Amino acid sequence: MSQTNLGTYSPNTWCPGCGNFAILNGIKTVLNELKDTACPLENFVIVTGIGCHAKIVDYLNVNSFYSIHGRALPVAEGIKIAKPALKVICFAGDGDAYGEGLEHLVFAAKRNIDITVIIHNNRSYSLTAFQYSPTSFVGFKGRSTPRGSIEAPLNPLELMLASRATFLARGTSHGLPLLMHLFKEAIMHKGFALVDVLQVCVTYNNLYEYYAKRVYELQNHDANDFMMALTRIREWDYNSDASIALGVFYRKEAATFEEKFAPPQITPQERDIRIKQLLRESI
Amino acid sequence: MEDFSVLIGGKAGFGIDKATLILGHLLNQSGYRIYIYHDYPSLIRGGHTFSIIRAAQIRIGANRDKIDLLLALNRETIDLHQTRLNDGALVIYDSDAVKELVLPRQIRTLALSIGKIVKEENAHEVMRNTCMIGAFAKAVGIKMEVLERVITENFPKEVELNVKIAKRGFATAETVKNISPPAAEPLPLISGSQAIGLGLIKGGMRDYVAYPMTPTTPLLHFLAEQANDFSLKVIHPESEIGVMLMALGFAYAGERAAVGTSGGGFCLMTEGLSLSGMSEVPVVIVLGQRPGPSTGLPTYSGQTDLHFALNAGQGEFVRFVVAPGDLEEAYYWSAQALNLAWKYQIPALVLTDKNLNEGIGNFDIRSVGEIQETAAYLWDGKAPYKRYKDGESGVSSLAFAPTKDAVIKVSSYEHDEFGITTEETAVTKKMQDKRLRKEKYMREELKGFRTVNTYGDDDRSTALLCWGSNKGVCKELVQKLGLKVVQPVVLSPFPEDAFREAVRGVKKLIAVENNATGQLARLIRNYGFCADGMILKYDGRPFALDELETRVKEAIR
Repeated sequence: MSQTNLGTYSPNTWCPGCGNFAILNGIKTVLNELKDTACPLENFVIVTGIGCHAKIVDYLNVNSFYSIHGRALPVAEGIKIAKPALKVICFAGDGDAYGEGLEHLVFAAKRNIDITVIIHNNRSYSLTAFQYSPTSFVGFKGRSTPRGSIEAPLNPLELMLASRATFLARGTSHGLPLLMHLFKEAIMHKGFALVDVLQVCVTYNNLYEYYAKRVYELQNHDANDFMMALTRIREWDYNSDASIALGVFYRKEAATFEEKFAPPQITPQERDIRIKQLLRESI
Repeated sequence: MEDFSVLIGGKAGFGIDKATLILGHLLNQSGYRIYIYHDYPSLIRGGHTFSIIRAAQIRIGANRDKIDLLLALNRETIDLHQTRLNDGALVIYDSDAVKELVLPRQIRTLALSIGKIVKEENAHEVMRNTCMIGAFAKAVGIKMEVLERVITENFPKEVELNVKIAKRGFATAETVKNISPPAAEPLPLISGSQAIGLGLIKGGMRDYVAYPMTPTTPLLHFLAEQANDFSLKVIHPESEIGVMLMALGFAYAGERAAVGTSGGGFCLMTEGLSLSGMSEVPVVIVLGQRPGPSTGLPTYSGQTDLHFALNAGQGEFVRFVVAPGDLEEAYYWSAQALNLAWKYQIPALVLTDKNLNEGIGNFDIRSVGEIQETAAYLWDGKAPYKRYKDGESGVSSLAFAPTKDAVIKVSSYEHDEFGITTEETAVTKKMQDKRLRKEKYMREELKGFRTVNTYGDDDRSTALLCWGSNKGVCKELVQKLGLKVVQPVVLSPFPEDAFREAVRGVKKLIAVENNATGQLARLIRNYGFCADGMILKYDGRPFALDELETRVKEAIR
């Protein structure tokens, strides 16, 4: 494997110990591997929303579209539909993809468009200086909910399963080998793939110890079995105290959205002829 | 006849749309020039919907107040439009649906048992309109073979039955008003939506993304129908937010994309518009206006969003805004909007309204100026590639993934030439200057375009100031009254010099607009020009020729 330095000259401004470093290092290794085995580096495009997660585009010397808050998905979809040969990877935060841009996430899954979504799920809004997020615990005392959040969190994997996603996985920022495996599987999956990464925010929501006590890798699990996937996904609802499974929950082969768009190519001359023809028919 | 109007009306679900188009084609093939206005409420079945088909011997783009033929499939149509009837007008009606009709003596009537004919043929009730069309053809002296040809060309299904019913209508009626057609060569009869769609195609559009919203829904339908023939990808995603962002994704990947919406949808698109400005990823937005605020009158027309279009989106960025006034301008400027958006890597807005989008008229491609698809400014391959490389014009070269040795990074954040986020003061200023500098070059290029049109008598000191779809009515009126019209077509960057030239010698400038505050009058004030009077109409309906004549005469008295 040839090691390309995928970094840039941009100074890294994540807090020391941030879980995002694991995601950055993991994806670098995976891209380095895939560029030799599966897909040339120039065929990768990274799309992000806005938040701490999104700084990853500045740290990767790869094609990218730094989009706006909640809006990584539709940009990624446009790119993929235009050029299906590209490998499009979205990085998004929990506030970003599960909050502001939730509609896009649901519809991208529904379409089974062949893109990969990696969620930096730190379960709090951090770049905006600490508020509760769609996956925060009930009672989360952020600065917009000083007496504790009164909403139960979403179970994003359950929502994504209901939305017809065809690859669903969960990892943590403290399990790099598994995380890299999940990234690779997700990227190579043909269809809509989402990896929910329980990424620890050391400054505002340090759940390192909490996760360390509860996570386990899925064993004897058939990811092709929808009902089994649903059961395992429901084991932990992102709120109550339960074991937290990591690994691939669900995997299904299905037709993808972008492959339905293959309009016949026409030249500008043919186009002009057809315009004239259509006008003649309108007389 | 030189100039006459036909009104057909009924409930939504009567097939008035289809009948309207066929009536238009009948008169078009008889050598008339046509303009069609369609009026319908926001519902699916019931209500009252009507169209006015105006035929004249000269090119027209407006309606008259009065009508000469009223085709009524129900009583309501007569009751609602009786006051529009000219002296000597003819009313053709279905006597099975309209009983005991009393009309003034000077109105002629032709009562036909249309409901019965349709029943006898075991046809669906909607075919009453086909029977009415047959009766109309006979009543105005259109030949049977023209009728048969137009019916055959316009019904994809049940052609034979439709022809049969039309012929029965023809046979039952009598010739009351012989229109003695002129001999002009027929021109294509298309809607504004079709003109815009074909213009976008001509401009190299590969993708059209839209969420349905009147009055741009017909554009979505038209392009979806044409997708295969013109190699288009037409997508209707989850929301206008998704629409705009998806279009930017297409453009990043190198494909020319356009979106279409109305004011409410455009509200959702504005963060994406601003992203286009910052990231320099081009997009064309077709913004069809209707009366607001908010939902307003969804199926009617307005010119209420000029300043919204000019100012939408946070921050300061260059945009191109054009408001075509008729079908040829709609075609031409939709193509040029794509060219300019891609040349300067900016968002471009084609500002239209319901009257333009859904109005139907003659389209003469020979009178459209030359359109060349301008090639994008592409990277020459000399590494390192910098997506935002600063240069004289502020326009950086483009590369599209996958390109070997080019890392293509675009961003919503302030960024350096490579596309990496920056908060440095010097870089921030330099990059904002780079983006804004593009306007100077675009402004220069636009001097070669007809950015401001004038019509009528150039020596007159009184001129009507209009924009968008009011071009048709103003142009026709000034020919009658011997005045002048000034119609700015490009609204951003505002063509100050061309406008100054257009109003040279004008002492009295009267703004004619479909809004309540005079938005164009407000815009020209920024450049030191002043409208001396305003004729405003904001009830959702277009100015009729005679109505505007009365109001202009009041204004210049």
